[in-house]
Amino acid sequence: MDVSIKILVVDDFATMRRIVKNVLKQIGFTNITEADDGTTALEQLKSGSFDLIISDWNMPKMTGLDLLKTVRGMDEYKNIPFLMVTAEAQKQNVVEAVQAGVSNYVVKPFTADQLTEKLEKILG
Amino acid sequence: MDASLINPFINATITVLDTMAFTKCRADKPYLKKDDRAKGDVTGVIGITGDANGTVSVTFDEASILKIVSNMFGEEMTALEGEVSDAVGEITNMISGNARRELEEKGKLFHAAVPSVISGKNHIIKHYTDGPKIAIPFEAEGGTFTIEVCLEQ
Repeated sequence: MDVSIKILVVDDFATMRRIVKNVLKQIGFTNITEADDGTTALEQLKSGSFDLIISDWNMPKMTGLDLLKTVRGMDEYKNIPFLMVTAEAQKQNVVEAVQAGVSNYVVKPFTADQLTEKLEKILG
Repeated sequence: MDASLINPFINATITVLDTMAFTKCRADKPYLKKDDRAKGDVTGVIGITGDANGTVSVTFDEASILKIVSNMFGEEMTALEGEVSDAVGEITNMISGNARRELEEKGKLFHAAVPSVISGKNHIIKHYTDGPKIAIPFEAEGGTFTIEVCLEQ
């Protein structure tokens, strides 16, 4: 994996952003930006240039699913790897995310190894 | 309220704390809770809708949540504020999600809102419906916590 890539971690809970960031750092990633909602994530995406989005689903102002759909409609990010990391794990959730173009899906709770494996699958 | 609605929350709690906080816990016998007083110092509350409407809460005593969050972060947490309160919300979120996945396998579909967190000695938990409150006490390393499930009749 190319650990120099720029990653956006999106979750309304700082706890989860911290846990995801810790795993990313363990792998060797250092260029990590955080956002606390889909709306702030969009602002970050518009003002920066990112290579990977890791996002929660349930967030107050803009859900991860809506963020995914919006991102897939943006020329710069239509093919960006998008990893959903969420406690929403019912069949319909996964179907909706796949239909919206998610790259992979991690269900909370997860281990560091599980997150790493999913990242390896989408980043190569 | 039947056990098939309660057991997924017990299983989810054990799984979430073991996976995210490397913490073993054990559920004691559930009981019908009559009052609104929280059995601890900080509570995460989440509304659920679907096949039934109601709320689920997770109340930790200070000792247990400090130990759990310390394990989650790999760093000793010493005060029940800020990051620890935030963690309570995320733990509640994960327990809710995990339980709802098991409930789906049993043919029951629920959705959940974003959790909120209440803290303070002797705080009150206001569940959204007036259905029976089933309390499930747990013992964990360092302390105790209680899940409450309150669904409309």
